[in-house]
Amino acid sequence: MNILETDGEALLRAVRTLLAEKHIVTDAEVAERLASTDRASPGQGARMVARAWTDAGYRALMLEDGAKAAEAMDIPMRGMPPLGVLQNTDEVHNLIVCTLCSCYPRAVLGYPPFWYKSAAYRSRAVRDPRGLLAEFKTTLPESVKIKVVDSTADYRWMVLPKRPAGTEGWSVEQLASIVREGDMVGVTVPSV
Amino acid sequence: MNFSSGETVIVKDDWPETRGPVHIRTPHYVRGHTGRVVRYLGDYPNPEDLAFARPAAKRALYHVTFPMRELWPEGKAADELVVEIYEHWLERP
Amino acid sequence: MDDDSKRAHHDMGGVPKYMCEAVDIEPHALTAFDREVDALRGVLGAKAIMTVDELRRGIEAIPEDEYHRLSYYRRWIRSVADSLLRKGIITEPELRAALEAK
Repeated sequence: MNILETDGEALLRAVRTLLAEKHIVTDAEVAERLASTDRASPGQGARMVARAWTDAGYRALMLEDGAKAAEAMDIPMRGMPPLGVLQNTDEVHNLIVCTLCSCYPRAVLGYPPFWYKSAAYRSRAVRDPRGLLAEFKTTLPESVKIKVVDSTADYRWMVLPKRPAGTEGWSVEQLASIVREGDMVGVTVPSV
Repeated sequence: MNFSSGETVIVKDDWPETRGPVHIRTPHYVRGHTGRVVRYLGDYPNPEDLAFARPAAKRALYHVTFPMRELWPEGKAADELVVEIYEHWLERP
Repeated sequence: MDDDSKRAHHDMGGVPKYMCEAVDIEPHALTAFDREVDALRGVLGAKAIMTVDELRRGIEAIPEDEYHRLSYYRRWIRSVADSLLRKGIITEPELRAALEAK
């Protein structure tokens, strides 16, 4: 049997044991990596969005250089791929996908959602975006055009959703609380 | 080769996957199709070489937009698909 | 354009056989295994032992049926092990021995 066809858990244990024995990857390094990955989450993106909604200068920075905008919110981006931010408007709705694998703005948003990595999402997003949005109970006016962005290379992309009506005068904390993971991928839109 | 924003480009109708083991980041659905450069995204080491741990020369990366109708028979004319494509996959008409 | 015979199986954009599949929108939590594989690959990347490009190539090389049968992170660990073997960082006899050890 091809050695790679071994059960994944057994393969992981064996590989980690060998790498530790050879002092190539230590348990401490893996633990540290787990911890740093856990610090990223959709909440980070939500805070960026809320700030962009209330601060025109920050909004401009976010659209110009997403990584710089993330760093301005103390999100570590050194060594991370460039981050592109796409704004939703009354005319255009953006939808992010990686048809080839699962590229996702992990440094800001954390692990990609299960559905983002699925064959159904990866194939349908680029060809039937409205049908796909309907799976998430999202319907856009017919007049809105959809721009699907396939993350095929070095950039990672996130959506700056439109600020919903009914949030006038809200604090950044309140605004951040209504921005969900799916809003920053483009499968949903924030609402009050 | 430098492409400018707004320039019309054609994606090569090439299929290296049929000739041997490769790692290609140009999706099948744009090959042979015509799009428009949105902007230059910078120079990055060629993933086609990185994938095989070979020395990887930097290549220019472009954001290229295609009307959905160009890519799919049922595509809506107003909708767009935007893809990051490396310069060596792009040609001028 | 009839290109389906030329398309690599992981190159899934707009592929008819998946177009009718419902999207499972439930948030499936990552298991400890998932997170550990993810972290391991991240450390290997940070130490320039294995790039994300090599990870992807290894996953794409998994035969189509296996690719769909395996969970996301089971594809990853397969690609990680393959990369380490290819580079001689671990050897097949070592790996067999480690797998057989209790």
